[in-house]
Amino acid sequence: MALAPAITDLEQLKGHPALARLLAWNASAVTGAKFDRDEMTIYIDRSNLREACALLRDDAECTFNYLSDVTCVDWYPAEPRFEVVYHLLSISKKERVRLKVRLDSASPVVESLTSLWPGANYFEREVFDLFGIRFTGHPYLRRLLMPEDWEGHPLRKDYPVEGYR
Amino acid sequence: MILNMGPQHPSTHGVLRVLLEIDGETIVRIMPDIGFLHTGIEKTCEAKFYQQVVPLTDRIDYLCPMTNNLAYVLAVEKLLGLEIPPKAQWMRVLMNELTRINSHLVWLGTHAMDIGALTVFLYCFREREEILNMFEMISGQRMMTSYFRIGGLALEPPLGFFERVREFAGRFPDKVDEYENLLTGNPIWMMRTKGVAQLSAEDAIALGASGPTLRGSGVDIDLRRDMPYSGYENFKFKVPVAQECDVFARYMCRVRELRESNEIVKQALDGMPEGPIKADAPGIVLPDREKMKTQMEALIYHFKIITEGFAVPAGEVYQAVESPRGEMGYYIVSDGTAKPYRVHMRAACLANLQTLPKMCEGRLIADVVAAIGSIDIVLGEIDR
Repeated sequence: MALAPAITDLEQLKGHPALARLLAWNASAVTGAKFDRDEMTIYIDRSNLREACALLRDDAECTFNYLSDVTCVDWYPAEPRFEVVYHLLSISKKERVRLKVRLDSASPVVESLTSLWPGANYFEREVFDLFGIRFTGHPYLRRLLMPEDWEGHPLRKDYPVEGYR
Repeated sequence: MILNMGPQHPSTHGVLRVLLEIDGETIVRIMPDIGFLHTGIEKTCEAKFYQQVVPLTDRIDYLCPMTNNLAYVLAVEKLLGLEIPPKAQWMRVLMNELTRINSHLVWLGTHAMDIGALTVFLYCFREREEILNMFEMISGQRMMTSYFRIGGLALEPPLGFFERVREFAGRFPDKVDEYENLLTGNPIWMMRTKGVAQLSAEDAIALGASGPTLRGSGVDIDLRRDMPYSGYENFKFKVPVAQECDVFARYMCRVRELRESNEIVKQALDGMPEGPIKADAPGIVLPDREKMKTQMEALIYHFKIITEGFAVPAGEVYQAVESPRGEMGYYIVSDGTAKPYRVHMRAACLANLQTLPKMCEGRLIADVVAAIGSIDIVLGEIDR
């Protein structure tokens, strides 16, 4: 089974319901898209993330009503350095879509989704703990896994695997 | 008053610490505190070759090692675009369902023991022992099996393995009857579980609950049926859903799942295809021992895979499987080298644990124990 190349052209992908809905709402909020290995990725501008998620959650066509996962990837030393990754699931349509927000290292801040899905709470705390991304509007943004007085964010790429000795 | 429960408390199933703000016997606020078992597995994965990550995935959730193995190898196979032979797929389904039975038995035994029914624990562990012996037979390990490999399985199932599984699957339904005779109609059990720790379907979805915790609230979703992987579309099984949204509903879902898993095990045994257990991908799958002794290429491939791994085309995938606890997802990012750039595990328990405040606030302290048991947490998976 050979891998098909990834499609990144917005024109070719706009038939996908989630992307079509977002483009119809606010074309400037979508900064890119990718269809690779049967998975859809949509890049969202950071200032529109919460509204885009609210739209996908409540829309009658898309119904991405379940937030599966929030995580982050550190592309150090490239800029923008961080990609915060959201996996949404539609329980009725059995479909997934991945949303991504790119953040630069100078201000790794993005709006929290806890007002839409209270379940984002722990996921965002984990990302804050391990990557140092701040989520505005989060009710309790404290470290989740590491001790309260820990220094640094262990999953960043400039943090050594064996830790600081 | 603030009451501290755990991390060394037998009913918190590991090292969960819960802070309870109480007014008399009633809970005003409940705050889970986690992280005591954090080992940095996600960071460790970034320093390993792809094939070296498989044993790490066992350690995440020590009650369902095969499910984690499966989610990881499926994700890497998706990145590579590998086709898996049918026998390997069916073996994976078979082992996964045995793992589900194993995990549910531990849950049932400890959950009942928390609430005060000690006998069930002994009965459940009797059957679990048999499953662990089968795991040992097939992989050499009772708990940390690491039986699946990228591209297939580690070993051919040994002689007599299928007969042993068939014998177990034949008598297991009677054993489930035995557990149910002790619990389902038991008035004490019903009083402790019915109407306790309510969680509405809307709350369950909003909080990201999955698995029996979600299905116990009447949401009908099971990834094995709805987004099939590893050949699950070839199996016929029912997805138990209960509408009552309480501890008893989640109990009934899991007990019915025990029976359904047993049916899948029987179907897998009956339809087990013949053929190879590894994909035909010389640079990725380790060659057979015999070939290494006679063919130079096999020896070279073996040396190269062990010493420098294999490159995985750049890209990213999210592969979720239905673990005994819910949606276990692996998000893997590859940058085209032999080591994963990022491995993230979406732990079902982490999201399920968030439902605890909704279940417990305004209720009695004794119900906290029932609620924690009913979401079936494994702290290794939560803390990673």
